[in-house]
This record gives sequence, structure tokens and C-alpha cells, in this order.
Amino acid sequence: MTTTISIPTVTGAPLATGVGARVRWAISDTLTVTKRNLIAITRIPEALFFSTVQPIMFVLLFRYVFGGAIHPGHGINYVNYLMPGIFVQTVAFGAIQTSIGLAEDLQKGLIERFRALPMARSAVLAGRTTADLCRNVMVVIVMTGVGFLVGYRPTTGVLPYLAGTGLILLFAYALSWGFALIGLSAPNSETAQVMSFPLLFPLTFASSAFVPLADMPSWLRGFATYQPVSVVVTACRSLMLGGPTSHWVVQAVAWTVGLLIVLPPFAVWRYRTRT
Amino acid sequence: MPYAIEVTDVKKTFSGKQEVRALDGVSFNVEEGTVFGLLGPNGSGKTTAVRILTTILNADSGSALVLGHDVAKQADLVRSLIGLAGQYAAVDENLTGRENLTMVGRLNHLPKSYVAGRAKELLEQFDLADSGNRTLKTYSGGMRRRLDLAAALVARPTVLFLDEPTTGLDPQSRNDMWEVIESLVGEGTTVLLTTQYLEEADRLANTLSVLDHGRVIAEGTPAQLKSDLGATVLEVGLHDNDDVARTASVLNAIGPHAPNISGRVVEVTVDNGPVDAMEALRSLDQAGITPTTFTLREPSLDDAFLALTGHRTEDGDGEDGSAAKGSGGAGDRAGQPESATVPVGGNR
Repeated sequence: MTTTISIPTVTGAPLATGVGARVRWAISDTLTVTKRNLIAITRIPEALFFSTVQPIMFVLLFRYVFGGAIHPGHGINYVNYLMPGIFVQTVAFGAIQTSIGLAEDLQKGLIERFRALPMARSAVLAGRTTADLCRNVMVVIVMTGVGFLVGYRPTTGVLPYLAGTGLILLFAYALSWGFALIGLSAPNSETAQVMSFPLLFPLTFASSAFVPLADMPSWLRGFATYQPVSVVVTACRSLMLGGPTSHWVVQAVAWTVGLLIVLPPFAVWRYRTRT
Repeated sequence: MPYAIEVTDVKKTFSGKQEVRALDGVSFNVEEGTVFGLLGPNGSGKTTAVRILTTILNADSGSALVLGHDVAKQADLVRSLIGLAGQYAAVDENLTGRENLTMVGRLNHLPKSYVAGRAKELLEQFDLADSGNRTLKTYSGGMRRRLDLAAALVARPTVLFLDEPTTGLDPQSRNDMWEVIESLVGEGTTVLLTTQYLEEADRLANTLSVLDHGRVIAEGTPAQLKSDLGATVLEVGLHDNDDVARTASVLNAIGPHAPNISGRVVEVTVDNGPVDAMEALRSLDQAGITPTTFTLREPSLDDAFLALTGHRTEDGDGEDGSAAKGSGGAGDRAGQPESATVPVGGNR
């Protein structure tokens, strides 16, 4: 593997030949775009604030309004049952931001500028999804705090708990790539948002995030048991509250890795070919 | 002199609800270190040509070379040599001016220290030094456009593409922009600019091609184009419909151009403005016609189109960009005469 970089003295950008330089530049491009997106998040603190308001409303709604009527069984109290579901639901809904952000970049002509630059084709999407991952870290921390305030008490140790949180974040990152695809296919950011909901509602509500699957009709139960949100929620529950872990964690990791293998190349292809 | 840009028989059709042939066999060459203007109304294919040359879009057929490199096959090499600034002012409004320039510099893989110095230099050059640390939300339209141009210059491109650099700017900002572009050319940068304004092409471009419906309908220097159009347009407005035809025949006698009638306005391109105007006034007086308005003006792009194609630019045609994306109508042009490329200034 040879790497040759020529830094221009007068005009033009340096050129990379060789795989090494290309990989290094793809990483540096991704970091540059990530930084740009993170700066944008800090410039609009209201957006970050309100992106935690909705999940907090969900916590209060399910904890105090619906929660009394839902009995998860197995001796688990409802707030402990609820919170892993809330975490996954929150990051899943947060993935809409990926599609909105990219649709906005397209709309404002920024993608045109990026496409005329000698940067890695994957960097615009990788930078967006990485920034959204950072945002999710913040949001999950806030939601964990909220959970403790309303009585959430995880029963396993610190390590399994962190493993569960890591799984949620990795799953969120995979979902982001899927929603990047939606953002690149939408004509504008408003449409990107409404295109996202029909996918998110069945995934988050026809799942084990809020209610036990046993209470669902059998025709729905099959989907609700094996779809990725339920699998990840169940895996997190076992990591955070105890119970048989390996079966569900393996499935959750398989889903997440599978999505990460399929979605990014597809999204980058869409980025390349979108006119 | 070698060519910085060579475009040969490039075609591009957008499919969609309505098929739009954006470029229908376009060819032109741009010499190094010159300013080349692509002149045309909305929907004529200017933006599509720029998007193909800047590697954003692939042509269906034909070849496009920038500094001898094929834009489709050597896209990354071309991208490292060009700069693009556009009518849509593609800058990030959540970032400051300096952050925007730094981002573009880093995405060009220039060293951090170099980018910092270059950003400072450009902010000063574009009169943005005081606002470099403010987010773009606080910028005026003219400031955004200047920053957009500065962003295109961070990596010191050899070839610069400017897609309608002054569309939507007020006269003062437009003038500022023209001065900036002129100073760039002084430094040896090759510039391709698209414009809807004859005045802009006249002031900035060394050579230009006129695009209409994806075809080059004229090419040459601005002086050749203007001499082909006649120096000025004489416009006579009338109160009475009955006077229109008689006025047209009076103006036709001045020659050599045939007058055009639209409503109760008769206009004719004249080669010698004041003398022809006096003659027109005398003849109108003798014929007992009293005009309501009598104007001598510079030929507009509209006049150029009328002279070159026999039809006017189509208003309400939608933005070039939206037409390129297939949502704007490039118009139904059935029955329009097929126009071949003619060298401006020839055939007189």
C-alpha cells in the first residue's frame, strides 16, 4: 500500500493516490462533517431541549396515566418495564432528525457544494449519523435521569447496564442510516418527517416497548415479537433488569449489525445517484 | 492557447412526469484565464451544464473536460481543481462565516494551519472580516453570496464556476460582486459564469454562448453579439390601435431591422440610435401619428432572443434548477423554428 500526497503550492486541493490516504481522508472528512453538525446542534439549544420534552411526556404518560392498567408480570414493576422501552423509542424517534437534517441540506444546496468537493462520498452521511449518535448519547443520559426521578431502579450491575445502553446507541446509529435513506429520497424536510412516521409507529408501538406482548392479538404478536425494536427492547430489559440475556442480546446484535451492513452502502449509493 | 474547459455534444434528459431535454447537444470551449459566459433565460440548461462540469451530474452522452480531465471518469481529480458558487448560496447558516470557510478548506484536505490563514485572508478580501465570527443567519443576501464565493475560492481553484452569481442581488451588491469577479480573473483564474443578464455578460465575459432550450444558438464576444443585435432599441407606445400598423411601416422604412409589435407598442432595433430616432419622429409627425411614449434603450436579453430565435424568452418558465429537477416546465416548444448555431456578427 503506497501513499502519495502532493500538497499544492499554488492552486487546487491536494490529491490522494493509494488506499491509505483515501481511508484517512474519508475519516477526516467524516469528522469535519460531524463537527459541523454538532456545532449546528449547539447553535439551536432549543431543538435539543425540546427533543427531550416529547420522550419525557411519554414517560409521564405511561408511568402515571396508562401504567396503572398495564401489568408486565414476572414480578417486575411497570416503571422498570417501561424505561428500556422508552430509551429505544426515544432514539428511534430521534432518527427522524437524521432524515430531516439531510433533506434540509439537500434543499439548501449544501449537498450540491459537498458533491463538487473532493471529499469522500460517504462522509456527508457518516458525519450526519455520527453527530446524531452524539446527540443520542446526550438524550439517553437525560432520559436515564428522568427515569430515576420517576422511580426507575435497574436491578443488574453497572456493566450489564452500560452494555444495554451501548446496545441502544448502536441500534440508534443503525436506524439513522435507514432514515438517512429517507431523507435523501424526500423532496423536502417536511415530507421527510411525514415519510418517517408510518415506519416508526408500527415499529415502536406494535412492540414490547410499552405493553407485554401477551396482551396483543395473536396475528400481531408474531410481528411484534421478532421486529427489531422489540428484540432490542427485550435484550435491554434483560441486561438492565436481569433475566435470560444471551438469546435476546444475540438477536438484537444480529439485527443491529445486519442493518449496519445493509443500510450504509445503500444510503451512500442513494447519495451518489440522487440528482 | 490550451482550453480550460472543453464541452463536446453534451446531452442530458431528465425523466419524470414530463421529460425535459435540458441539454440537447451543447458544445463550447473556454480558453485558460478567460471569463466565459453562458447566457440564457430560466430553463435554458445553464445550471445543468454547470452541474455536469462540476461532477454533480452525469451527462447522458458527449464529453466534458476540465483542464483535460474527463469530468465523469476523473471526477475526484476535477473536484480538486475547481470551485463552485451558485445562485442558491450553498452555505451553512448555523455556522459562522469563518467556520464555513474552514469546513470547506478541511474537506479539500488542506492543512489546518493553512486553512486558518486562508479563511482570514478571504474574509478580509470579501469585506467580511468584521462578521467572520457571526453565524450566517445574521448575514444579508449580498454577504451570503460573497461568503459563498469565498468558500469556492478556499482551495485556490484553477477553474471557477459561478452559477448566476448576482441573481437576486441589489444593484450595489451586484456591482461589488462584479468587481470581485474581475479581480479574480486578473489573478489568472478561468471563470465560467451563467447569467440571465446581457449587461453582466457584456461586462464580465470575454466570450459567451447563448443557450436556448438546451442548445447553443449563438456564440462569440459580447461586442459581436451586440453589434448583431443593433446598438439600441427604439420603442414607440401608441394610444390608438389603428396607429399600430402605420407606425410599424414607418419604422420599417428606417431599416435594416424589421419592427415587432406587441399590443400597442412597436419596437425596432436601430443601428444609429439618435439619428434613427430623429428620423422616426419626423416620419411619425408627417404621418400624423402622436406616440404616447418614445424610448431609446439598450437591447435586453429578451431582444437578443427575439433577434436570434424569433421568439421571446418564456416568462414564468420556472427556475433553471427546478426545471433541471424535472418539476418546472421547460415549456412546450412545438412549432418553434429549429435554430442552428450561428456565429454572432456573421451573415450581415
